[in-house]
Amino acid sequence: MKLFIPNLLANDEAGFWFPPQGSTVAEGVDSVYFFILYVCTFFFVLIVGLMVLFMIKYRHRPGVEAEKTVTHNLTLELSWSVIPTILTIIMFWVGFTSYLDMRTPPDSSYEIDVVAKKWSWAFKYPNGWIESELHIPKGENVTLTMASDDVLHSLWIPAFRTKMDVVPGRYTQEWFNATKAGTYPLMCAEYCGQKHSEMITKVVVHETRGDFDKWLKIAADIHKNKTPVEAGEYFYKTRGCIQCHSLDGVKKNGPSFKGLFGKERQFTDGTSAVADANYIRNSILEPQSKIVVGFRPIMPTFKGQLTDQDITAIIAFIKSQK
Amino acid sequence: MATIVDSSNPKSNLPVQYRELNYLNCSKGWKSWFFTLDHKRIGVMYLIGVTASFFFGGIFAVLLRTELLSPTKLLMGPDTYNQMFTLHGAIMTFLVIIPGVPAAIGNVILPVMLGAKDVAFPRMNLCSFYLWMFGAAFFVAAIVLGGLDTGWTFYTPYSITSNTSVITALLGVFILGFSSIFTGLNFIVTIHTMRPPGMTWFKMPLFLWALYATALIQVLATPVLGITGLLLVVERAFHIGIFDPALGGDPVLFQHFFWFYSHPAVYVMILPAMGVISEVIAVHSRKHIFGYRFIAYSSIAIAIFGFLVWGHHMFVSGQSKVVAVIFSAITFSVSIPSAIKVFNWLTTMYKGSIRFTTAMCYGLSFIFIFSIGGLTGLFLATLATDVHLHDTYFVVAHFHYVMMGSSLVGLFAAVHHWWPKISGKLFSEFWGRIACLGVFTGFNLTFFPQFILGTRGMPRRYYTYLPEFQNLHIMSTMGAYLLGISSALMAATLIYSVYRGKKAPANPWGGASLEWQCSSPPPHNNFDHPPHAGDPYVMESVVYDEEVEGFVPVECHEKKTGATTASGDNEV
Ligand code: HEM
Ligand SMILES: [Cu+2]
Repeated sequence: MKLFIPNLLANDEAGFWFPPQGSTVAEGVDSVYFFILYVCTFFFVLIVGLMVLFMIKYRHRPGVEAEKTVTHNLTLELSWSVIPTILTIIMFWVGFTSYLDMRTPPDSSYEIDVVAKKWSWAFKYPNGWIESELHIPKGENVTLTMASDDVLHSLWIPAFRTKMDVVPGRYTQEWFNATKAGTYPLMCAEYCGQKHSEMITKVVVHETRGDFDKWLKIAADIHKNKTPVEAGEYFYKTRGCIQCHSLDGVKKNGPSFKGLFGKERQFTDGTSAVADANYIRNSILEPQSKIVVGFRPIMPTFKGQLTDQDITAIIAFIKSQK
Repeated sequence: MATIVDSSNPKSNLPVQYRELNYLNCSKGWKSWFFTLDHKRIGVMYLIGVTASFFFGGIFAVLLRTELLSPTKLLMGPDTYNQMFTLHGAIMTFLVIIPGVPAAIGNVILPVMLGAKDVAFPRMNLCSFYLWMFGAAFFVAAIVLGGLDTGWTFYTPYSITSNTSVITALLGVFILGFSSIFTGLNFIVTIHTMRPPGMTWFKMPLFLWALYATALIQVLATPVLGITGLLLVVERAFHIGIFDPALGGDPVLFQHFFWFYSHPAVYVMILPAMGVISEVIAVHSRKHIFGYRFIAYSSIAIAIFGFLVWGHHMFVSGQSKVVAVIFSAITFSVSIPSAIKVFNWLTTMYKGSIRFTTAMCYGLSFIFIFSIGGLTGLFLATLATDVHLHDTYFVVAHFHYVMMGSSLVGLFAAVHHWWPKISGKLFSEFWGRIACLGVFTGFNLTFFPQFILGTRGMPRRYYTYLPEFQNLHIMSTMGAYLLGISSALMAATLIYSVYRGKKAPANPWGGASLEWQCSSPPPHNNFDHPPHAGDPYVMESVVYDEEVEGFVPVECHEKKTGATTASGDNEV
């Protein structure tokens, strides 16, 4: 088919209609698509062909009147009701069986949790590492368990031919098994506001499980491959600080981090202290011990969830918020 | 001038051809329009309103397409873009397509086609027009007061959190809903009670069947939209927790409510257009419609099945697999009646005498475009392929083929077919056909590339996109420009005809249904006596008459020619 398509329209290494097939279900979906396409093309050519034929053959000529023909014919009418009915039953059936494949998560599969929010994705791997790109090994079943922090989103990987809405208030699932190593776009398909179209990232399919594990190990070793400020920002975003602490001075459930470091703090028990490294460390581990005036004692403790090294990085990050 | 030109007129043996007084000039002044109870005037006012809305929706469309010439910012920022596609969609759906054929054309034509003086409840009819105006005003207010950026679907929870004028727009939709229900009720009662002697259900023109089926949907489905809109308003204003997950509500429930109305609404948009096409194809081919009963039944079948398939908009929403499978299966059932209609239209053309009038050109475009629109629906009804295609440009292309390509082209066909009746003037067929060619070409150039965009991975409602999609977007935008220019040309041709057009005969195309039996434009009361209705598709009942440059009933023609021969005989 590709040969006949002008360069303008060609889509390198993919076909005319689809991006390259990247998952086990893609082939099935594409063949259902082409089956329907051929049936439709047949009927379209039939309809338009007949129409054009009649347009030419029976165009009005002076003096020639329309010929009186029968005004109905039951056999004919039943046949063009029954034949399309049968065809649509077949279409339904092939679509249905491929759909079952696509929507039945396999028993054993690699599990990744996804949180969608305006306007980014967070993929959480089994070892707790959170990344904004999706990395998976080739040839292995992967199941995403998805939740949304705000509005509806929809996770779509065109190369995998699969898509599922991410609905706030419930979990939805999507699974696939990648067949080719490489990088593919992953995007949000359900309108979610201003930056909907920028909520796009990539799926990286690693050739082997070994490659993938190696990548995950290195990526997760955050203190080695990031500066303390970067690492601190990572924890700020992924461990939930961002929900209550802004960086722009706006007061949310907790005080903003903007210009916090080194400032004098007033507490509800009447005491006060300068926000230094020790104070911040204490606020993360024992948040209820000192409550800043104007806030409620609602921050949870992060004891056991963050190492000393993590906390040092967070302190460096807060320090950098001038 | 008094009422009817009588025996002093030498042509008085022709039916009501040369009356001087008609519904347009029988009374003057703005009051005679704004307080009119004449269905034809109300229809004309609707037509003007719909045209103005189409103009606004069209400007938005052209701006959107211009922005999409480039993957990055060209004209406007993302916020403006989002508001613009929402308003474009909402205006086109609620203010153009839904009232287009039924309220505008239906109002003018339905009673005349029935041989009635007016609709059953003329006051309610006027009220429904004012409700429409009122609803439209709320839309304008929403635009002015901060836009609307939720998409015309108002999906929760985004619509609960958006800080644009959601409540104003929803109230607009609510009011428009009443307008739609009133029109529907009026049509149902009119068709039930005011058919003339001789017009049994199965002698009723198919356009009336289509309007009847449409009216049933309007009356039954629209209340659900109203309630859904109100619930959403209440949710936004008082946070009661029906749709908002943060309060324990369910956003998917909103989708069920929304589509329970909006899917049937799609048939409110397409059924009347199908009715128009049945008339246009038969009249301009000068053939009896083929398979009358199948076409009539298929309208009703579409109206009924249309209520059972809303879930096909939600195959990837997280609804259960079983539910998805059931909805997919039922969805296919809607395609059968549509297929039946297409084959019947084709067979009607067989051995006809096809005149390529502008109306017929739109009718033929309809068959072409609707075939693509309908057939691509099969890809979306099929589960496996819909998962990939849902919420992509494939869907944008599909619904434009159906809503714009078919419903709107149906409206264009209707406007051209009945223009001589409505305005009393003939427009330039030459410019009409040029505009039609432009609309057809521009339309396909705009929307066909979008099928390819969609399958290749371009989601809808995107302000920016991957650079590899740019070529197809440019093609699409060029098409949109052509489409815009051609629609303007069409409007210009029609408006010009009002001032300079030739006076139209009662029956310029040779139709056999009742509306062609009264003069063009019809007098205030349409008919003096209820005409006796026969088969509306016996085209042999009228013949062309050189003198009036239109068609006249065979009896009159024979009487006239007979009379001349007789007088000739006398001479000898
Ligand atoms: C010149 C003709 C038209 C052009 C160029 C055009 C173009 C567009 C574009 C670019 C979008 C945004 C697509 C997206 O990103 O999702 C859109 C959406 C839409 N259009 Fe049109 N359109 C045209 C006519 C119409 C007509 C006549 C209708 C009426 C039935 C219509 C109904 C809609 C609807 C319902 C939407 C969806 C809005 C939404 O996503 O909320 N369009 N159109
Ligand atoms: Cu999103």
